[in-house]
Amino acid sequence: MKRFGIACLLGAALSAAGWGADTPVLIQNATILTVTNGIVKGSILLQDGKIAAIGDKVLAPPGAKIIDGAGKYVMPGIIDCHSHIMAEAINEGSVSVSSMVGIDDVLNPEDIAIYRALAGGVTTANILHGSANSIGGKTVVTKMRWGRNAEEMKFEGAIPGVKFALGENPKRAGSAQGGGFGAAPANLRYPATRMGVEDVIREAFNDARAYKASWAAYNAKVARKEVAIPPARDLKLDTLVEVLDGKRFVHAHCYRQDEILMLIHVADDYGFKIRTFQHVLEGYKVAKEIAAHGAGASTFADWWAYKIEANDAIPYNAAIMMKKGVLVSLNSDDAELMRHLDKEAAKTVKYGGLTETEALSLITINPAKQLAIDKRVGSLEVGKDADVLLYDAHPLSNFSKVEKVWIDGHEYFDRQDDLDGRPKKAIEKKALTDKAAPAAGGRGAQPAPQSLPQEGLRK
Amino acid sequence: MKSILFWLIPIALSAAPADDSFMIKGATVHTMAGAEMQNGSVIVRNGKIIGVGKNLAVPKDLKVIDGKGMHVYPGMVDAATEVGLIEVNSVRESLDTTEIGKYNPQLVALTAVNPSSEHIPVTRYSGITTVATMPEGQVIGGQISLMHLDGWTTDEMGIKPRAGLQMRMPVIAAGGRGGFVASDSSDGGGGGAFGRPSFAEAKRNYDKELAELSEFFESARRYKQAKDAKPAGFKPDLKLEAMIPIIEGKEPVMVTAVKEREIREAIAFSDKQKIKIILCDAGEANKVTKEIKEHNIPVILGPVLELPSSEDAAYDSPFTVAADLHKAGILFSLGSLRGKTNVDSRNLPFQAGQAVAFGLPPEEAMKAITKNAADIWGVGDQIGTIEEGKWADLMVTDGNPLEAQTNIRQLFIKGKPVDLSNKQRDLYEKYLNRP
Repeated sequence: MKRFGIACLLGAALSAAGWGADTPVLIQNATILTVTNGIVKGSILLQDGKIAAIGDKVLAPPGAKIIDGAGKYVMPGIIDCHSHIMAEAINEGSVSVSSMVGIDDVLNPEDIAIYRALAGGVTTANILHGSANSIGGKTVVTKMRWGRNAEEMKFEGAIPGVKFALGENPKRAGSAQGGGFGAAPANLRYPATRMGVEDVIREAFNDARAYKASWAAYNAKVARKEVAIPPARDLKLDTLVEVLDGKRFVHAHCYRQDEILMLIHVADDYGFKIRTFQHVLEGYKVAKEIAAHGAGASTFADWWAYKIEANDAIPYNAAIMMKKGVLVSLNSDDAELMRHLDKEAAKTVKYGGLTETEALSLITINPAKQLAIDKRVGSLEVGKDADVLLYDAHPLSNFSKVEKVWIDGHEYFDRQDDLDGRPKKAIEKKALTDKAAPAAGGRGAQPAPQSLPQEGLRK
Repeated sequence: MKSILFWLIPIALSAAPADDSFMIKGATVHTMAGAEMQNGSVIVRNGKIIGVGKNLAVPKDLKVIDGKGMHVYPGMVDAATEVGLIEVNSVRESLDTTEIGKYNPQLVALTAVNPSSEHIPVTRYSGITTVATMPEGQVIGGQISLMHLDGWTTDEMGIKPRAGLQMRMPVIAAGGRGGFVASDSSDGGGGGAFGRPSFAEAKRNYDKELAELSEFFESARRYKQAKDAKPAGFKPDLKLEAMIPIIEGKEPVMVTAVKEREIREAIAFSDKQKIKIILCDAGEANKVTKEIKEHNIPVILGPVLELPSSEDAAYDSPFTVAADLHKAGILFSLGSLRGKTNVDSRNLPFQAGQAVAFGLPPEEAMKAITKNAADIWGVGDQIGTIEEGKWADLMVTDGNPLEAQTNIRQLFIKGKPVDLSNKQRDLYEKYLNRP
């Protein structure tokens, strides 16, 4: 609450300094891929942070910046339902239930991956905890507002989530052969099997249910004005009670069909819903069951065979699930893949015969629906946030690239500006490295350390 | 409707008797040896191309494939990959890329290729007919093998089992993709970020590694001298024996050198050792174009879809290297290398497509993954273009293969129609029809 107040203050201060005070932008003569309302040849107006008009002819408001979109394409900003960029920490891998920790507390707004994702057309991303734990940490939805602070990166009002993980990753720390999470053989962590993963989740919700009941009993006593002692606050279970109350989404990392069904059964037994299955590479085998549960599925276009549970992965996964009524999106889980989700979407036309609009929906309106932010983003519709991309050719063509990106009507990426700014940056870099270089040693000329490899912590 | 048609064609074809003689008539033929040819034909006999052109007479005894509305290209060549050597990345038992020891020139990749690997039909499905599959090592990993992605056995698949030697330049610091860190881990006093040694220590270790590598080449020379003297009872040394074609300059060394400094050092090394090199995964080759061009060194770039090699590099830096090399007149190709999560050879054409988005002419991108790859590996007389006398490695497509939406309708390797089905399509059909 306190933080929210600060965010409001910051927001207010910033709008005076530029938030929402952008010049209106009118893109004319473009091919506008709305995703939800067909293809419009014409104009789109971005004003006061929103899409103000779309049509054959749109009058330019006074002072509007006019962009000639002839031969160019406009589409909604790409939404990545599974990313780890910005996160300074990924896995609290010491325990298999870590729902007390949250990625929202460790966002680094200066992660260069944000800018690179922007340049690939991503405007919104769901930032998740890693997959080391059966029940991982809290997740947060963000916008790629490069240059803003961590608080301003957050997607205002988006329903928060919690990461679950099934299969090989959460059981790895229970393996005597060791694994990616640093467990020594003498320090094995339960669970070590898919049976154990189910049990860990059931035990946690068993606790959460009792915890919730103890608070209900306490509150009832208070309401009756009886003497009551409040139960001890449990931050881990608070998160799970929010899940039981439908106030927090479950995003569950999974691969094999058996574990997907397992989690559906657990959720049914405890009366909550899985919002999305993530990766879900065998989702095509149980598409009917996923659809019946009402869960979404967020998968890769064609990753496969990097581990045993990914061995039956097929690039037709998205298409089959979509045809069988599942709400499907494509995600990146990776700072590199995140830069070309548009090209990943194009593969679903080849693998499974989706239409171009269906392919685009996998990276726009569908992930927006999965994150329940579709009233704000995910398509080009009047009144929605002006999160808009301008391409030099059709976004599903491998020969196309992003030229401009707006978020809330503010231009956050412009390829020409990026190109034009390079000579100046090179001079600045040289000045800095010269300054840093000690007169004799020249150590300052060393390359900057690479970011820590995160392979094995995710996927 | 389109998709149904798409399924039927290969099925009908595979039902026909295997025949490596036919004519494709009336297609747009992209020979990669000249301009594209509208309404062109290709005649194949006994697996070899015997005619390419317009208005070719139809030989009476040949089956004719109507190419109307279709495009014919040479099959694509992945210039550096690990297809056949890796099945499931996380399962050690299914990996055969990396031996123990620093110097293993005697190892041959083709030896360990699994002809039944699921990656082979999956890769073929994208139109890739030939790969250079490579071992990996700390310094010298072994011999790269050029092979067709079809055949009952590795013998049948092999085109050139010893196409070149895989080598990795020692590096001073662990920068960029997968560089081998020249560091003495037993020292323990290094410190530095993530347990890396200090710069001074890393430099010392690097100098040691380079000296050791030079000494290995020198010992190969001494070995050759000794052998040439034909002493009685001479016992061959398999490692050094394998180095002879290298030091004689008959076989190239594919040197992995990512950063500018490593590339310059690789060139200096090749000068000093008088060996023929191919630069591999040379992500910063565009900073060294003058020297590369002067030395006439071919380059195999790694995946175009990569992150920039440093935090302050331009966001599109990996996308533009290919175009820069083309402008500089350098012979280059693309290799999928190990891939991000696993063997990713099937996305080779899309990697090339990304380079097109950032300035490489489309026909040059296609050439990079057909003709150039064949030329770099010294098999340009056998594959890589649609020309008389070459193997009929052909793909028939409904569009530009560099675009993800394009379908490969038919694929021929040595003139034989190749089954385009694979495990993934089988699973697709099975589960699409799950009640």
